[in-house]
Amino acid sequence: MTQEIKQEYRVLGTRPIRHDGADKVTGKAIYTADVKPQSMASGFILRNPHAHARIKSIDTSAAEAMEGVLSVMTAADLPDVTDKVADLGEGTVNLSYLSHNILARDKALYRGHAVAAVAAINVHIAEEAANAIKVEYEPLESVTWVMDAMKDDAPLLHDDVFTKSGGEQSEQPSNVSVHLNFQQGDVQKGFEEADVVVEREFKMATVHQGYIEPHAVLADWNQDGRIKVWASTQGAFTCRQQTAEVLQVPLSHVTVVPCEIGGGFGGKIAIYLEPVAAVLSRKAGRPVQIVMRRNDVFEATGPTPGAFIRVKLGATKDGKLTAGEAWLAYESGAYPGGMLGPGCMCVFSCYDIPNALVDGYEVCLNKPHIKAYRAPGATQAAFACESVIDELANELGISILELQQKNAAKEGTRRVDGPVYPRVGFVECLEAAASSDHWNTPLEGENRGRGLASGFWFGCGLKSSVVASVNSDGTVNLTEGSTDIGGTRTSIAMQMAEVLGLESDDINPRVVDTDNIGYTDVTGGSRTTFATGMAAYEAGRDLQRQMTVRAADLWECKPEDIQITAGVFSANGNQANFKELATELFKAGEPLVGRATVAPECSTNGFGTHIVDVEVDTDTGKVTILRYTVIQDAGKAVHPSYVEGQLQGGAVQGIGWALNEEYFFDGCGEMRNASFLDYRMPTAYDLPMIDTIIVEAANPDHPYGVRGVGETPIVPPPAAIANAIHSAIGVRMEELPMSPPRLWKAIQQNQNGG
Amino acid sequence: MGTKQLVSTTINGEPRQFICEARQSLLEVLRDEVGLTGCKEGCNNGNCGACSVLLDGQPVNSCLVFGLEVDGKEITTIEGIAQGGEFHALQQCFLEGAALQCGICTPGFIVTAKALLDENPGASEEEIRFQLAGNLCRCTGYDKIIRAVMKAGEQMAETAAS
Repeated sequence: MTQEIKQEYRVLGTRPIRHDGADKVTGKAIYTADVKPQSMASGFILRNPHAHARIKSIDTSAAEAMEGVLSVMTAADLPDVTDKVADLGEGTVNLSYLSHNILARDKALYRGHAVAAVAAINVHIAEEAANAIKVEYEPLESVTWVMDAMKDDAPLLHDDVFTKSGGEQSEQPSNVSVHLNFQQGDVQKGFEEADVVVEREFKMATVHQGYIEPHAVLADWNQDGRIKVWASTQGAFTCRQQTAEVLQVPLSHVTVVPCEIGGGFGGKIAIYLEPVAAVLSRKAGRPVQIVMRRNDVFEATGPTPGAFIRVKLGATKDGKLTAGEAWLAYESGAYPGGMLGPGCMCVFSCYDIPNALVDGYEVCLNKPHIKAYRAPGATQAAFACESVIDELANELGISILELQQKNAAKEGTRRVDGPVYPRVGFVECLEAAASSDHWNTPLEGENRGRGLASGFWFGCGLKSSVVASVNSDGTVNLTEGSTDIGGTRTSIAMQMAEVLGLESDDINPRVVDTDNIGYTDVTGGSRTTFATGMAAYEAGRDLQRQMTVRAADLWECKPEDIQITAGVFSANGNQANFKELATELFKAGEPLVGRATVAPECSTNGFGTHIVDVEVDTDTGKVTILRYTVIQDAGKAVHPSYVEGQLQGGAVQGIGWALNEEYFFDGCGEMRNASFLDYRMPTAYDLPMIDTIIVEAANPDHPYGVRGVGETPIVPPPAAIANAIHSAIGVRMEELPMSPPRLWKAIQQNQNGG
Repeated sequence: MGTKQLVSTTINGEPRQFICEARQSLLEVLRDEVGLTGCKEGCNNGNCGACSVLLDGQPVNSCLVFGLEVDGKEITTIEGIAQGGEFHALQQCFLEGAALQCGICTPGFIVTAKALLDENPGASEEEIRFQLAGNLCRCTGYDKIIRAVMKAGEQMAETAAS
């Protein structure tokens, strides 16, 4: 349960019902697939059946001739955008990779790669017609494991990708697109100073974000060249930019309507369907909707990287880390551009390690192009690092918690990639763990064990815009551009309510389309409650400044004489709360509209520590989660229920990653478990309640001390569970997922003396 | 194109007729022909429960039922759960307990939980988790959903007793 939080705010820290809640419990909320204009046509995408193939020819004539078919397209209908780069806020994207991923040109790089599309009067006809398209393929040799793809004789995906390393570039094309190297101190000297050194190697399978709503889009390309897109996207502006760039039309000609979104977790930032639906619409003269099938979601979107990581750590006998070395190979899927960077930055991010070296490689192979998944790249790195930390603690004969406390990153600690932390709350998280009921309750029983692990995610700022229009009764309509995936309308509105002295219910937050609000970056990077919330606070302050100037006229005083305390204006014997003053000013003159734009450049630096108790069935290798506690620094928990929800949801995604989730590829590079039946995500029956402890170490870079909380909670679970399994049965799992067959095999090997 | 047939059914207490092709699922019919988009398509093969509706009071994945199969039957969708301008206890408890994040799975959970609580409002945590194992949620980790259903069950039992 959440610890009671000290009440220093009136609205922040309370738990009002979310503004969009009623629509979502009654079935009224409109998601993209629910938008169905009368004239709508349905699209279907034909996908490549090979892991790697050259496309020799595409014949669409049979499809075009079918009754009910309205339009057909291939990559030839998209403009050539070779060598163009687009900045998408969270990073740049090579437009030709984006465009070629949307529809394959010369080569299909993974099974499920889109090759052609059809729009018809209904989806069944569209599917039949798509299947009538004749594609001639020349199958090529494929590769689906990162270490294989790095070999010199591996099948090459691109002849124009070279290894970039510190400003240099390889002479020969390679599947390895990036080499990163971070270091500080003297690693060799650091290991010489160590009394204990532990080195281990880890493998992780590819996993998917697993949002329940498939990707969906509705696009309407008007005769005047303007395009309206209803999308399931984490960022309407990012979606608009990608769509406009791929289609080579001006931004002002594209409107993106962000519908309610059924989960994203990083997987709904890049676009897949929008330009296809738009071109099909232009050709058909009607709006076209495309809803991805679930198996296509698995085979052609996401996932997050499988990886190989080696970590070596050294410590003195009194438990001080002296040196760390990490070697990481992350797959990026069909194209360059993956999650290696954050993986390298996060691998040692929890610790003060004076001497460290991180060496990373990003590798193309025949899988879908890798996308972000909640703290992208960090979970893999933490699995490796926190497992070695656990082994190190075992060697030293101290608890892992004590080892973490001795070396925890704090204000002033320099991360291996350079930044020095401002005030962070990791030490407080570990203190909360040490004093938690969970940590202090003995665990008894055969084959049971307790594990602990910690994790970090940066949390970003980026750009947000908010407009606050005051109604004649002093309530406020808040307009914003951040897709609301988990209650952010309310966490943003609460920050405006706090500054204005209103209640959450007095604010009417609306997420609007790209024509109706200033630029706002994606809901991602744990940024929305932090940055768009900051914009809401600033828009409230803007209103107060305007009202102060006008109240000064009414009250016959100077603006600077007016005090605002808890939202109440007072000066010169006059006093009015926000609603009273707003009502009076509305009668007296022009309407009140506040606005703010922000672009905080800081990281919000979220740390968390997880404790888990497991029981291992040694006959089957099945792991049961008995008890789970998430401890995390939220800076300030704006709406504690939704902070707990982020902590619980992230932890359970991490539990799925730890125990069951993986892409199974056969020898031909075909994913053999592309369904929710066979890609085994956690169900309600697999889990206990997930306890949470919210730590509040205020973020100095936010007016209310808020830190992003969404991503950190997925980082520790695989390591925490691996450590718990080790504590239960003495078996060290070095591969994810720790599924029953894999764990059973490890138990057998352990019993046979390894 | 397939021929269409007329189907007579009762949806959320009202007599409804629609025409559909043999290959159309109940999910497709409800969403595309009847205009009730509260039931969601998550997988279209019976593994996620987002499309759950009650068919003669029993929860089913509407993607696994053909539209033609519901002739003469009663269907309850999420749009029929609230009565007389009031939330159902489950809906109120989901809201108060923050038992939803993105909301795409919420209709399926509420419909499935209603079937359970109508029969057994005192269902234990274990029974609720078992009954809801066919409904996937990727956001919440289920904790707040289970608590909301337990609380709604308590309220329904109290209402039934009074």
